Amino acid sequence: MLTYFFKRVLHGIPVLVVVATLTFVIMRLVPGGPFDEEKKLPPEILANIQAKYHLDEPVITQYLLYLKQLTQGDMGPSYKYIGRDVTDIISDTFPVSITLGLLAMFVVVGVGVPAGMWSAYRQNSMVDRVCVFFAMLGVSVPSFVLGTVLVWLMSHKLHWFPPALWEGPRHMILPALALGAPFTGYIARLTRSAVLEVLASDYIRTARAKGLSESMVLIKHALKNSIYPIVSVIGPLTAGLVTGSFVIEFIFSIPGMGSFFITAVTNRDYPLIMGVTLVYAVLIVLANIMVDIIYMWLDPRVRV
Amino acid sequence: MNYLSKFSAVFLTIVASAAVFAPWVAPYSYETQDTLNTLAAPGFDHWMGTDRLGRDLFSRLIYGARVSLFIGVVTTLLALLIGTVYGALSGYVGGRTDSVMMRFVDVVFALPDMLMIILITVMMGRGVMGMFIALTLVSWVTMARLVRGEVLRIKEYTYIEAAHALGAGDLRILLREILPNILGLMIVTLTFRIPVAILAESTLSFIGLGIAPPFSSWGTLANEGWKAIKFYPHLILFPSIAIFLTILSFNFLGEGLRDRLDPRKRTQFG
Repeated sequence: MLTYFFKRVLHGIPVLVVVATLTFVIMRLVPGGPFDEEKKLPPEILANIQAKYHLDEPVITQYLLYLKQLTQGDMGPSYKYIGRDVTDIISDTFPVSITLGLLAMFVVVGVGVPAGMWSAYRQNSMVDRVCVFFAMLGVSVPSFVLGTVLVWLMSHKLHWFPPALWEGPRHMILPALALGAPFTGYIARLTRSAVLEVLASDYIRTARAKGLSESMVLIKHALKNSIYPIVSVIGPLTAGLVTGSFVIEFIFSIPGMGSFFITAVTNRDYPLIMGVTLVYAVLIVLANIMVDIIYMWLDPRVRV
Repeated sequence: MNYLSKFSAVFLTIVASAAVFAPWVAPYSYETQDTLNTLAAPGFDHWMGTDRLGRDLFSRLIYGARVSLFIGVVTTLLALLIGTVYGALSGYVGGRTDSVMMRFVDVVFALPDMLMIILITVMMGRGVMGMFIALTLVSWVTMARLVRGEVLRIKEYTYIEAAHALGAGDLRILLREILPNILGLMIVTLTFRIPVAILAESTLSFIGLGIAPPFSSWGTLANEGWKAIKFYPHLILFPSIAIFLTILSFNFLGEGLRDRLDPRKRTQFG
């Protein structure tokens, strides 16, 4: 188990190195630097700034320096937020983003899985049709469309929820819904088809025949065996939630990593862009590792 | 096909024709300013109202469909082409070539899509071209994996062996024996991937990192409308609805086509 874990972590490292290198290369290829402003800086000052941030050295030296600092957990200073380190900014904003992501995950699993099960259990009934239809709507609605409609309806029209900021539970409901809805539809569809497949198998008939209650059959027998496809999409799901969150943070003015990422991209704040990209990539790689481990724990067949 | 898929096909045909024939269909040009009626609510003169500069939103939406649909359809086609050639080669040749080619695909696949698209568009500039390249670069790997898997499966069939025995060349086998068998899958995948591309483009344009003016996609229009959501909600609601309905229609159409073209999956997802 432990060796497997380390092996998976080792497999994740090349991906991270590729991400780190790609972002570095792309950022250096971008025309225009972070200190190109409308008013041209005097050459002496520009030279000073470039020396301070090692921008006057050859690209390869910059790259090696960057990698070296990374291994020490240092992502360098932000170019635009004077006096703040990227590591600083990320540690401030990361908790906000992760809270949003977890809340959305809660919506996705908490609504999607039961809805999918119920739908499968009542296949072809009215309930099933409604669930299938809503799942399709969910899959097709972009989270920014849902987010803006929610803001317009729930905040500006009905005044039920605040339209922006991040100052307590009431502020978290709309963003979590907007972020989670598309994935909820996806999970519901997946659960439905997985449960349908399991419900048709012989051991379910046996379980019923020996007089188990329906809820027992559903939860202990059906759900347990239809959980694999659901678990296997948690990796991509995390990736979707993580990278989807910056749109939601933009809409609701949430001070998370995503908001800073968007500003960093428009400001060409290279170190901040690279830092946030890397954190996102690490999250996704970790989620995939976690999925593999859960999978192994659930399914003895994979354990060899 | 069920009626929802048929209805979706009709809807998409209308949207696509409106986009192609925009100058004839749109009541105004996308830049005509009705300066007496700026920020007008939807009404008789302007079906969907006007924006800050008095431009007709309905007309801008029709012109926006050109950008959104073009990017969605063409990038997906291109990705499909690249992915099919790559995946078919990898699967057909097999062995060491296959594992090397697929290792590369795995690495690209593991990169977070959205982040890569943003970084590439930053590098290429915020235009149609940058978006185009970025979307193609991240989406061909999905197709490559899919096609490779199918080719691996099909090349073991006895009729392929028979074709070999009859002296057919590799190219002939790939094009005449294998390709027709994965064509259905390719069409279905195409239908499901187009909305993904449209979604990515509109999301990025919405947050201001995608298509920049003078071109405006539906996402760009939504971004402009977002700034005025409180008092002029029509500016964001109409583009949002357009994006939503288009994506929904592609998904319904995809399901219909899948039921038609791929009998193995006929029972899934109702």
